[in-house]
Amino acid sequence: MQKTYSYPVFPYRRSPEQADGRVLRHPVVVVGGGPIGLAAGLDCARRGIPTVILDDNNTVSVGSRAVCYAKRPLEILDRLGVAAPLVAKGISWKVGKVFVRDRLAYQFDLLPESDHKMPAMINLQQYYLEETLVAALDAEPLADLRWKHKVVAIDQHADHAVLTVETPDGVFTMQATWVIACDGANSDMRRMVGADFEGQAFHDRFLIADVVMQAGFPTERWFWFDPPFHPGQSVLLHKQADNVWRIDFQLGWGADPVEEKKPENVIPRIRKMLGDDVEFELEWVSIYQFACRRMRDFRVNRVLFAGDSAHQVSPFGARGANTGFQDIDNLGWKLKLVLDGCAPEALIDSYTAERLFAADDNLSNSTRSTDFITPKSPMSRRFRDCVLELAEQVAGIRPLVNSGRLSRPTPYVHSPLNTPDSAQFKGRMTPGTNCDDAPVTVAGKPSWLLNQLGDGFTVLVFGRVPAGVSIESGGVRATILGVDDDFGDPTGLIGTRYDGQPGTTYLIRPDQHVAARWRHFDPDLIRAALARALAA
Amino acid sequence: MPLNTAANLADPDGFYEELISAQRDMDDETAIRMNCKLLILLANHIGDRAVLSEAITMARAPAPSAG
Repeated sequence: MQKTYSYPVFPYRRSPEQADGRVLRHPVVVVGGGPIGLAAGLDCARRGIPTVILDDNNTVSVGSRAVCYAKRPLEILDRLGVAAPLVAKGISWKVGKVFVRDRLAYQFDLLPESDHKMPAMINLQQYYLEETLVAALDAEPLADLRWKHKVVAIDQHADHAVLTVETPDGVFTMQATWVIACDGANSDMRRMVGADFEGQAFHDRFLIADVVMQAGFPTERWFWFDPPFHPGQSVLLHKQADNVWRIDFQLGWGADPVEEKKPENVIPRIRKMLGDDVEFELEWVSIYQFACRRMRDFRVNRVLFAGDSAHQVSPFGARGANTGFQDIDNLGWKLKLVLDGCAPEALIDSYTAERLFAADDNLSNSTRSTDFITPKSPMSRRFRDCVLELAEQVAGIRPLVNSGRLSRPTPYVHSPLNTPDSAQFKGRMTPGTNCDDAPVTVAGKPSWLLNQLGDGFTVLVFGRVPAGVSIESGGVRATILGVDDDFGDPTGLIGTRYDGQPGTTYLIRPDQHVAARWRHFDPDLIRAALARALAA
Repeated sequence: MPLNTAANLADPDGFYEELISAQRDMDDETAIRMNCKLLILLANHIGDRAVLSEAITMARAPAPSAG
């Protein structure tokens, strides 16, 4: 199988520290070279932290796996300089159709707001994303990506952890001030630190198949409840790059995963769905079941968990990898400031506070979708079927149809790092929210607002920027940018989206989230908000 | 607006007759499904989440024991 893609084999290299038998203390070691671990390594390195990334394998993800990437994760990947090739290669889409049996019951449009650099959603096989991140890491001097390195033990101390690592050359130890564990839903790191992973397992199985076909389907997300070609279950169809189509069949708990994976059983299912006259080839098949669960705390002493190792959701809504990138976005700058002695460890603890809140939001959305798609009792199945029947005739019932609510960022509305508003603002840019993008002009050339925000804190001022003022707290200096002074607002959309009036001032975090905002530029208030955003 | 628990039907006997008659020829499964649809339509009409939550709580409560 896999005719459209050949897997790279990355070289194992013996590290000098293993060769020389020296025990080195690394500021950050990332465990796991999936999309989240690779992004973690890249973010830390770009922020100036020498970072080692360990992966126990030597290639990229087998099969398309994650597939859907939403706007906010794409903005994060753009901050890391890798979004452009992904958007170019990926399939951009915005229309979703929901079929009940053989009829279209409901149609939605993601209705992306125009004038954002990144699209609402792209579909792309996970291996392309990983390959792009690996290439970026190879070009990054502060990143040290090591293949065939498996962590087999961890010993935690007050200010560091000792990792025992196995390679083809045997076992050696390395020390890390911080460890980021991105080793997936079945995380060995989580098991080794003895942390709980609590939640609800769903008793259902799904067959995922990637098929190559020149099909006439539009570039849309199609979801069927109870289709004639697969009665009583649900089916999802999605397009990816290279004319590869992703098909998910719900099989039920009684299905035999070994039997169902066999091509002689998979191909007739697909044939029945597509009809006899569509030619297709099977690329990759997998069977999955899932759970909705999370750790109680994403920090266990010196180990920080991110992505599926910390929280696992159902696939409905594309909330797995998308959430993981947002974990990394939240964590990288905090690690840098704490390692540099510019912020207390309390800043690291705000990672759990903010991302646990987001994880619970994702879990809630994901569990709700799962309860609709795979009803747990005869009565909930009747309610579900009645909603679907009514939705065909009664427009007002359609919002109840839940075939997966697609990933959106969760604003950190209760974050201890926020300074609450002291004035009235319109729009959605409340403290704790990720910044909306908008077009700008820089020296007469078109660009984007998010690309103007640097790696550190930014003070964004509407109107005249007061001269000779600097905003600093504990050795952290914010960059002051003026809308009009430093870049133009050609469409007026920055003004609209941020409710910017002369004097309006935003304090923006290194992860492009609003920390505080005011109607006037008051240096003392901004410094106090900066200190608060540093957990100082 | 809390759940209205005061009498609110102008013709209670007429409404009750209409409800029962609508299901007279149905088997249990068909009647249960009709009840589900009725509930979903009325919930959408009411809209007010506080009213719906109060009604759900009241409907869930066990029946008072006899004697």
